[in-house]
Amino acid sequence: QEMEDKVISPEKAEEAKLKARYPHLGQKPGGSDFLRKRLQKGQKYFDSGDYNMAKAKMKNKQLPAAAPDKTEVTGDHIPTPQDLPQRKPSLVASKLAG
Amino acid sequence: AGAGGGNDIQWCFSQVKGAVDDDVAEADIISTVEFNHSGELLATGDKGGRVVIFQQEQENKTQSHSRGEYNVYSTFQSHEPEFDYLKSLEIEEKINKIRWLPQKNAAQFLLSTNDKTIKLWKISERDKRPEGYNLKEEDGRYRDPTTVTTLRVPVFRPMDLMVEASPRRIFANAHTYHINSISINSDYETYLSADDLRINLWHLEITDRSFNIVDIKPANMEELTEVITAAEFHPNSCSTFVYSSSKGTIRLCDMRASALCDRHSKLFEEPEDPSNRSFFSEIISSISDVKFSHSGRYMMTRDYLSVKIWDLNMENRPVETYQVHEYLRSKLCSLYENDCIFDKFECCWNGLDIVMTGSYNNFFRMFDRNSKRDVTLEASRENNKPRTVLKPRKVCASGKRKKDEISVDSLDFNKKILHTAWHPKENIIAVATTNNLYIFQDKMN
Repeated sequence: QEMEDKVISPEKAEEAKLKARYPHLGQKPGGSDFLRKRLQKGQKYFDSGDYNMAKAKMKNKQLPAAAPDKTEVTGDHIPTPQDLPQRKPSLVASKLAG
Repeated sequence: AGAGGGNDIQWCFSQVKGAVDDDVAEADIISTVEFNHSGELLATGDKGGRVVIFQQEQENKTQSHSRGEYNVYSTFQSHEPEFDYLKSLEIEEKINKIRWLPQKNAAQFLLSTNDKTIKLWKISERDKRPEGYNLKEEDGRYRDPTTVTTLRVPVFRPMDLMVEASPRRIFANAHTYHINSISINSDYETYLSADDLRINLWHLEITDRSFNIVDIKPANMEELTEVITAAEFHPNSCSTFVYSSSKGTIRLCDMRASALCDRHSKLFEEPEDPSNRSFFSEIISSISDVKFSHSGRYMMTRDYLSVKIWDLNMENRPVETYQVHEYLRSKLCSLYENDCIFDKFECCWNGLDIVMTGSYNNFFRMFDRNSKRDVTLEASRENNKPRTVLKPRKVCASGKRKKDEISVDSLDFNKKILHTAWHPKENIIAVATTNNLYIFQDKMN
């Protein structure tokens, strides 16, 4: 229908482009999904659902030892503080002060 | 041609700080820039949690053609990365905001904040030290008391200037969500901190409690429709503050009205034509910064494409709207895909009649409210001859590109100027690119 308009606002044209690429894009744009993702920033490792699923899988097995390689810690094994990659503070001075 | 911004201020390159290399370490990404109240000090914060403070040289009477340069005064690690084990939440050390306290004594104080914790830092100078102790040698070793035959009075002797930064207060554990703003009250005793859903009021002396003054968290998070994006105290009225939202509204609240200011005193919102609404409308209307004018009569907001000036006496629409980069409206699809549409640009005043904000391609824009003229300038090392006037830039939106114009498709969207600051008293501006800090001044004759 928009093609029949003589003058399509650039914004609506961009919207049509986006919908063409991602037809299943959320019905509520700029709404809860965006905001909740924003509020969850920093939550990288696991959530309680992930944790409970992993725990359920572990019921009949031993807890695995911490994986030797520090890949992304989610899902199959329960992370411990030792597993999590340590984020050291910068020891290097800012280059602005150089 | 050659439209000047701001009473035809001619901006010249003055200095640039930071590494030249293109390979930018994440820690070096500048996240905030702020002059202190006198303009003598300029602070920057970065993603690595470090603060660097520059001090303006005393004006050299013989060098009347330029104002003092800014040199490194102090640098310290303000925040460090943390991990909240209870919530599995990584807490970045990135400094979101720095705000200076007005100077009350010889020391300088500033507040710096990351996502969760605000710290009050004291920056003090030491330029003399006591010498001539009776019981200690100069190197600190204790003297054998039996060798002490006379008494002397220790005296202070000059030493090389040492600038020390020490954390005097740590304001922690008051924010569940990520702090986006701090603002010091005009009473100079209290300040506010705002996260996505709540605003807290603190007393600068008290760290173990704060008052929650705004709470927009819905009982059911499924009903969440907007978040707080910025907040600021009124410059003169100590009971008044404003906060902006992701839906493009600004609420003014008066703390005298009630303890919890969930009901606003004023709501500033520009009506939108529903027929123009698109998927992007709400995202680009989200306000990324709000700043009062020095008088407090006006406030400025920045959304993705524009800067708006509001008169506090008129809630139903802004008094002025300035387009920062309207040519991006026809690029919203790709800006959404590369996440640039979520970039949070700040804005600043010269106090009264000129406003400045950043854009892409290391461009920044100035709007003169009086003459209605605007200018686009570039922060680039190519223009780094002191006292050479910066050449205005122009982006060609479509059609035939003139010489010296840049087409929209050639813009580098990785070169964003999100943070700028204007000296409180003089025409000196600080502009932060990704990892460099540029200082520009007006050409003095």
